[in-house]
Amino acid sequence: MARFSDEMLSRAEELVALYPDPRSATIPLCHLAQEQDGYVTNEAMAHIAELVGSTAAEVQGTASFYDMLKLEPVGRYVIGVCTNIACMLRGAYELLENAEEVLDVPVGATTQDGLFTLEEVECIAHCDQAPAAQVNYRYFGPLDRQSFESLVSKLRSGELNEEVPPHGTLIRIRREAPAVIPMEEIDRNRAGEAE
Amino acid sequence: MTDRIVGARLHYEDSQTLERFLATGGDQGLRKALLELTPQEVADQVTTANLLGRGGAGFEAGRKWSMLRKAPRRYLVINGDESEPATFKDHLLVENDPHQLVEGATIAAYAIEASFVVIYLRGEFALGLERVQQAINEAYARNALGRSIFGSSFSVDIVLQPGAGAYICGEETSLIESLEGKRGFPRIKPPYFPAVIGLYGEPTIVNNVETVSNLPWIVQHGGEAFKELGQGRSTGTRLFALSGQVRRPGPYEVEMTKITFRDLIFDQEYGQGLDPGRELLAFIPGGVSAPWFFPEHLDIPLGQDEVAKAGSMLGSGSVIVMDDSSCPVRSAWRIARFFARESCGQCTPCREGGAWIDKILRRIEEGEGRESDLDLLLDLCDNISPGIKWPPAQTTICVLGPSIPPSVNAAIQHFRDDFLIHIKEGRCPHA
Ligand SMILES: Cc1cc2nc3c(=O)[nH]c(=O)nc-3n(C[C@H](O)[C@H](O)[C@H](O)COP(=O)(O)O)c2cc1C
Ligand code: SF4
Repeated sequence: MARFSDEMLSRAEELVALYPDPRSATIPLCHLAQEQDGYVTNEAMAHIAELVGSTAAEVQGTASFYDMLKLEPVGRYVIGVCTNIACMLRGAYELLENAEEVLDVPVGATTQDGLFTLEEVECIAHCDQAPAAQVNYRYFGPLDRQSFESLVSKLRSGELNEEVPPHGTLIRIRREAPAVIPMEEIDRNRAGEAE
Repeated sequence: MTDRIVGARLHYEDSQTLERFLATGGDQGLRKALLELTPQEVADQVTTANLLGRGGAGFEAGRKWSMLRKAPRRYLVINGDESEPATFKDHLLVENDPHQLVEGATIAAYAIEASFVVIYLRGEFALGLERVQQAINEAYARNALGRSIFGSSFSVDIVLQPGAGAYICGEETSLIESLEGKRGFPRIKPPYFPAVIGLYGEPTIVNNVETVSNLPWIVQHGGEAFKELGQGRSTGTRLFALSGQVRRPGPYEVEMTKITFRDLIFDQEYGQGLDPGRELLAFIPGGVSAPWFFPEHLDIPLGQDEVAKAGSMLGSGSVIVMDDSSCPVRSAWRIARFFARESCGQCTPCREGGAWIDKILRRIEEGEGRESDLDLLLDLCDNISPGIKWPPAQTTICVLGPSIPPSVNAAIQHFRDDFLIHIKEGRCPHA
């Protein structure tokens, strides 16, 4: 719970090395922190600041702006029901009410067992499958009460472990490529060509 | 001629794989660009094609590229933040044809001689991010990225950047701020274009996912062939995202200007009409920033200028259908609420105006409204965007603010009686 573990640290350092300016890695690193701890802790923000060359306050300023970055603990599964116009026209608010009943928590809250956090979210670009929802940013739809209930029970039983990994949108992302070309080399080649 | 360009592979179940990509013309555009054409020649083809940006503003890609400030370093950023309500075309392209996106981005990088490329996808696209990263990995493995691509003298890297949930980061200067590790606050204009001052202060081109996904085809077939599709300024095809109360919502790629909204919504090939017994109430032609259209607009063709002439915009290419079972007050409220929630808060008219409009529309919808609320709403709209005209006047840093009034105004002008029933009866007649 805190700073990056050794394995996470090496992933973080790889990300930092990709950019001409290390601060560009701030948001990706926040995603890594979330993958490790479930949310972005104060210690993680301080560690990110060290890695990208900013301050913990700056990292917090950034992290607090974005809906996906959680500064408080959340459930193992964050369920986001979209209620924006395309989903609303196809019953999203009814779905949201059903979700509250099925999970027995109001929007914004986490179930007692710490398994689910329910959110109402803005458009997730899954509008042809409306009403849609996301679980740890894996998309489902169209959903009604019955299919929502079955989704929740499958999440509970672990049947969807493959489809819905734990937090962290980068959890299955690894860059397999040579180190990025240093800007100076690109500049030099450009100058060479111009001659 | 074909009417499928960016979506040509989407009918294959394995459209996202490298095998399918290479078996269906993948890499050919990039090879031709790098090995047979100069960067300027590629840019010329795109100018000839008159490829309009697919991100919402519809700016000519070739012209944007020509505005790049001359500087030793320049950047290319691909905008895959796609968060405009009811827009889901880029979602489809990143998940189901990621190689085409990477190829298109590399062609654009060559044309503008970019030093470095970032593909920025909204963080919620977990699967899309995985597929695009895999496509990038596979591109490096076959030398379609990195040093001396395909043996040419052109070298470039592409890095994938996840967003973290903020609609405003689709606005290009906000996206750049986000990419620099900051909050997504749009930058004050001028400079109007990141082509002058962009990422890390260097000239930067920001292009939408669908825009660059067209490039492999354009290079392969030539700008003239692209321009033969469509009519006037609207060339090529577009991937329209049809949603709402229509029997078959979905993405439909069609040649520009060749079909009308009536075709898109009612034709068997596309939306297949409304539920039995329903009538069309209204539709929005280009994302929720656009003024609404009504049944009398059904015969307008899907073309940039055609829609603009009728007082709205094709915007992000998302068409939202509302039938007569829906409540226009509720729809207007939900749209306003979205903008209120997503305002970055820098400008008073947007931050305060949006929040008030959200509150007032909500109380009307819930039966707590007053008759004077209608004038109050219009007055607020006028404060955000003086004159409530189309295209809207702007008093704010970005156009999110001026995007609030169109739907509020459309609903009040066309469904005033509905508003009054809500107010008089103290309830929503559709609930
Ligand atoms: C509030 C706001 C949100 C935007 N969201 C997006 C978006 O999600 N994707 C996108 O490509 N362009 C979006 N744009 C437009 C971009 O600023 C920019 O014009 C576009 O990415 C340029 O690419 P194009 O010329 O290829 O269309 C948005 C603009 C505004 C004002
Ligand atoms: S118009 Fe709204 S979203 Fe745009 S910069 Fe101003 S406050 Fe932010």
